[in-house]
Amino acid sequence: MLASIASFLYPVLKFLNPPLITEAAVNEVVAGKVQDLKPNSGKIIKFGNKPALLVRVSDTEWKAFSAVCTHLNCTVQYRDSTEQIWCACHNGTYDLNGKVVSGPPPNPLTEYAVNVRGDEVIISRRA
Amino acid sequence: MTAKAIQWLDDRLGLSAIRELMDHKTVPVHSATRWYYFGGITLFLFGIQMVTGILLLFYYRPTVAEGFDSVRFIMTRVEFGWLIRSIHSWSANLLIFVAFVHMFSVVLTHAYRPPRELTWASGIVLLGLMLGFGFSGYLLPWNQISYFATKVGTDVAAGTPGIGPSIARILRGGEDVGAPTLTRFFALHVMVLPLITVGLIAFHILLVQKNGMSTPPWIAASRVRHLKFFPNFLLREVMVWYGALAVLGVLAAIFPWELGEKADPFASAPKGIRPEWYFLAQFYTLKLIPSHVWIFEGELLGVAGFGVLAVGWALLPVWGVNRAGEARTRLVTGVAIVLIAYLAAFTLLGYIK
Ligand code: HEM
Ligand code: FES
Repeated sequence: MLASIASFLYPVLKFLNPPLITEAAVNEVVAGKVQDLKPNSGKIIKFGNKPALLVRVSDTEWKAFSAVCTHLNCTVQYRDSTEQIWCACHNGTYDLNGKVVSGPPPNPLTEYAVNVRGDEVIISRRA
Repeated sequence: MTAKAIQWLDDRLGLSAIRELMDHKTVPVHSATRWYYFGGITLFLFGIQMVTGILLLFYYRPTVAEGFDSVRFIMTRVEFGWLIRSIHSWSANLLIFVAFVHMFSVVLTHAYRPPRELTWASGIVLLGLMLGFGFSGYLLPWNQISYFATKVGTDVAAGTPGIGPSIARILRGGEDVGAPTLTRFFALHVMVLPLITVGLIAFHILLVQKNGMSTPPWIAASRVRHLKFFPNFLLREVMVWYGALAVLGVLAAIFPWELGEKADPFASAPKGIRPEWYFLAQFYTLKLIPSHVWIFEGELLGVAGFGVLAVGWALLPVWGVNRAGEARTRLVTGVAIVLIAYLAAFTLLGYIK
């Protein structure tokens, strides 16, 4: 009896569990042109299938982070007024090193490396 | 002729048994009788959801590419589309509000005491299903707000110790909220939840029919009059339904439901993001809990707290009743008032902050 119920339920549960889609791990993306982003501003770019946040701190200083808030997954944004990274969902803030300044996020944002080659900005996972 | 037809049907269906049942069903009349209407209003609004939901299905398309545009099409091009969609959305909200009123009225009149434990339990599950309807339906228009609300909501589920990550994966149909999530939420919203709900509503009402209406413990049985359900109470109930329908019509006409902007997974969460009001109390609580409390992650603590609270509440007929089967009225009323105050205050705070 139990065994037969289990034999019905098992395939159903397995069916509901989505198959893993293995995507080629992205390690580097071209985030755009240098002149597209003004100093003291940020933008969201695609890093594989996740959003990343690229911040142009000043003319020459760039920063990049995973844009996925460590609290509950929302996509963060750069605020030029406070020069901090802000999450609208529950008012979490991070500084420009990805560290939590205030609000509920438990962990810092993952930081990526930024390299400027010619007029292209390139973001890559840190080793 | 009609007499003959009725006789013919009666011979085949046994109508007289039903007539007998109808004749005997009564409703006690006393100072708290008005609260008996709220279950009926909830039922009526669920009927509205069925009808308007099925109508929406004729145009809605459950894909990331077309979902948002199909709802916009309903709102702008289909005749009375704005009305049908607005009624579906408003009625969903009203339904949940009325279901909460119904639940708390049951608590404050102590109707959960034996022999109505199963009525209470099925009611709790129904309320959970209604919240499930609200959560899954919210995503269907695939706009910015609902997209991020679903990200947060499913991530809260992922925080459940142990099985959380699997639950979140099954809900999302992958690692993140995206096209597979919409397909799944659609299946849940229009097929799985309605089927379960209809069955459970039947069970709930069957139990009400079987056990009759309870009278609050402080009202002496000798002082209670009885009103026949058919047709007297039913007619009054229908009047109340008309009232509810009028409220719905006015709300939908004056405040058509907004559509917002199409969801963009590569945009930052917009300012002013918040879930539907019936999740605001939890939302605001999560916002208040600091990231770390002692050695625990704040979020985990919040989620665990809600879980314990919900289970405790579902078990009300266990701790709210003494050995003799009488309601512990003071205890239960006290707990209910604290809970109502918490929900009201935090919903309000979540709204204005
Ligand atoms: C058999 C029953 C139902 C069917 C077939 C149905 C169908 C649908 C469909 C097709 C949509 C997408 C169109 C749209 O977004 O406007 C939708 C949206 C929605 N539904 Fe339902 N529904 C049903 C019951 C319910 C119930 C019982 C509730 C609430 C307790 C509910 C709450 C919602 C909500 C909140 C939305 C989003 C509204 C919006 O923003 O457009 N539905 N439903
Ligand atoms: S998801 Fe970012 S603060 Fe909650």
